[in-house]
Amino acid sequence: MTPKNLALASALALATMLGGAAAQAENVLKWGANRDIGSLDPYSYGDSFTINVLNHVYEGLVRYNRELKIEPALATSWEILEDGVTWRFHLREGVTFHNGNPFTADDVLASLARVSDPASPLKGNLPAYVSAEVVDPLTIDITLNGTYPLLLNDLTNIHIFDKEWLVEHGAEKPTDIGAGVEGYATYNANGTGPFMVESRQPDAKTVFVKNPGWWDTPQHNIDRIEFTPVTSAATRVAALLSGEIDFTNDAPVQDLPRLEAAPGVNVLEGVDLRTVMIGFPFRETLASGAPNPFSDIRAREALYDAIDLELIHARVMRGKSRVAGATVAPQIPGYAPELDSVPAYDPEKARALLAEAGVPEGLEFQFNCVSDGLVNEEQFCQAIAAMWARIGLKPQLDVAPRAVQTPKRTNGQTDIYTLGWATLPMLDAYSPLLQIFHTKEGNAGVFNWGGWSFPELDALIDAAGSELDTEKRLAMETEALAIVKREFIMLPLHQQPMAWATTDAVKQMPLFPDNKPRLWYAQM
Amino acid sequence: MLAFLIKRTANAALVMLAVALLAFLIFRFFGDPVEMMVNEQATQADRAELRERLGLNDGFATQYLRFVAHAAQGDFGISYRNQQDVMTLIGERFPATFELVLVATVISLVLGIPLGVITAVYRRSKLADALQIGSIVGVSLPSFVTGILLILAFSVSLGWLPAFGRGETVDIGWWSTGLLTPSGRAALVLPALSLSTFQVTLVMRLVRAEMLETLRTDYVKFARARGVPAARIHWRHALRNCLMPVITLTGMQIGNLIAFALVTETVFQWPGMGLLFIQAVTFVDIPVMAAYLMLVSFIFVLLNTCVDITYAWVDPRLRDDTAKAGGGNG
Repeated sequence: MTPKNLALASALALATMLGGAAAQAENVLKWGANRDIGSLDPYSYGDSFTINVLNHVYEGLVRYNRELKIEPALATSWEILEDGVTWRFHLREGVTFHNGNPFTADDVLASLARVSDPASPLKGNLPAYVSAEVVDPLTIDITLNGTYPLLLNDLTNIHIFDKEWLVEHGAEKPTDIGAGVEGYATYNANGTGPFMVESRQPDAKTVFVKNPGWWDTPQHNIDRIEFTPVTSAATRVAALLSGEIDFTNDAPVQDLPRLEAAPGVNVLEGVDLRTVMIGFPFRETLASGAPNPFSDIRAREALYDAIDLELIHARVMRGKSRVAGATVAPQIPGYAPELDSVPAYDPEKARALLAEAGVPEGLEFQFNCVSDGLVNEEQFCQAIAAMWARIGLKPQLDVAPRAVQTPKRTNGQTDIYTLGWATLPMLDAYSPLLQIFHTKEGNAGVFNWGGWSFPELDALIDAAGSELDTEKRLAMETEALAIVKREFIMLPLHQQPMAWATTDAVKQMPLFPDNKPRLWYAQM
Repeated sequence: MLAFLIKRTANAALVMLAVALLAFLIFRFFGDPVEMMVNEQATQADRAELRERLGLNDGFATQYLRFVAHAAQGDFGISYRNQQDVMTLIGERFPATFELVLVATVISLVLGIPLGVITAVYRRSKLADALQIGSIVGVSLPSFVTGILLILAFSVSLGWLPAFGRGETVDIGWWSTGLLTPSGRAALVLPALSLSTFQVTLVMRLVRAEMLETLRTDYVKFARARGVPAARIHWRHALRNCLMPVITLTGMQIGNLIAFALVTETVFQWPGMGLLFIQAVTFVDIPVMAAYLMLVSFIFVLLNTCVDITYAWVDPRLRDDTAKAGGGNG
């Protein structure tokens, strides 16, 4: 080799090494999810997962921190004005959208108008909103329909768009499927968040890159996220084992032992906030037309005593769930430990209670479960049906997909049903109280499928819903949850398990009990 | 001939209408799309309003007629879940499915024909027995099992090929192809193999049966007597006479492959039409389901009609009204 060639060769080698080093310096996180996001527009489809993923791109006025406590984001401070129904938000200065436009109060106004549009499937996320008014470029007043303590919780999920960008692309209104209109924001995104959308191919890959101009100091060191849906659970596990993905937010429960045993794979297990419950009908008759015995509290208590919660925890949930006595998880404000006591498994007592309530031996009723819903739902429903059969009842187990079961549940065409509630996106006990346990009227009791009504409970919930003093409000919520427990309105079973998995390429991945990945806290 | 053509086309249109009718009858049992579209905090009134706006409260006949009227103008509506025009959505996915089916078909011919000849010619050998038994396994293994086994072997254990996805694609006009990039070709191997397993055995068994018959014919015997080399007789003279039914079958099976690709696409997260359909089912995305079913049935009807017309053109006896038209198996 001549000296000249040698020099050239070493220069080449050096260049290759440098190139290699530069490529390595870029931290690419390959995220294999169990499904794709619906669109790039967080307001297009009432889907928590889509909103969660898009939270990497879009931000709200406030956000949840690592401990799931609310902290300032695009707003730096806020106060309630004298009338008690208007909230004044002071916005962060110097924030820019990904396209370089500055963030101002007009953007907040346009976003609030967009999400509360009659065609928006997400308008229920902002139930108290009436109007907003721009005070100055960095101050906005939001008027509500009454005193309402949980506005900040609601705002964590209201993503802020750039008004100019919306106007420029004719996307001020949300996509209206009924009218047959496509939206610009379905394919394009422009937020203020820690990541920017680089490209998207539905069902194949969505690429996010780091936003170098993010207003906050990044706690992550990721340069690029390649988000790929891998719907088949077995394929997802294979992809993780072969290193084609670095992270999945849905590691299948049955494959956890295998993933734990595999070198280079770490399983992150936890207990979800989602509380799994069983609900009763309170109507005059059962779906079959027979008189309904479950409006009698003794019958409801009997069914609870007949369920062996520990057995379900140990066998069906493989010891990964948390047996629950309360209808909300311990992390949720409003929870109290004394609500969490679990009755002992006592089929004899259950039989006695049934006899006392005059429930006929061999009573048939519908037991409605969802096949694509909660973790191992079909299995625990079968177990519970068998346990109820042991005390002389004849539950007719009815398992089908969610889209099929929900109409039956809302129309009263079934009797006993399952329900999982994580209090999302509010993360407060007020969420189940208002939406499940309140009498069905107006905005309240949408999930009150059994049709119960407890005026004492309603009064407490309504009072809590307009109490601005947090301590007083939480005391009222706890009291309301105590009534729910005392009356056996719904029977809590457990908080369900959740599992994520990463390869060794990921150094730090905080697991959140609301089962939402927040990669701006992740380290490679 | 013209009368025949008109009759066939009218038949095809009737079949399409019937498919749409059946589809709409079935959709009623899929459940309520609105429950999947709104989130937990939507009120009952919001839900009812959305249902009204989507026209879901109308009677079955009204919904069906509205769909047919729109579909006749090429308008299949907007996907509930993806918020995109359904035809654009399906158009974007079609190349992926088509390339997969094409490669699977090529594999099935390249493997199936020689294997069929071998099992026919050496029908008493151990190798032929083994291949026959293997073909039974190939026919009976569901394609999702084959898919998972291939992933385990080639992605997890050996690490040679990707377990999912389509790799990098290149856009040529509206067509996106994965055949031009190394990662695209690598990603195509496993799904195409898994999809073609059934097809390979089908072609192999068909070629075997045809060959056995042909080998008994006089011209083969004469060729043997004349001293023509065995390889030349088998691979050239005999095989040629077996290919006609193979070509017909392959053509007809393309429709099947497109329809069955949805299992393979789900296992390999292949972004084709099948995956789109499976997700539409989960989310009760009626416009996408309806359009997909119409498209697949259109492909079937088109293939059958083409085969029938070709047959009629080849064999004038079939043009006669009293004769049964065509031999399609669809």
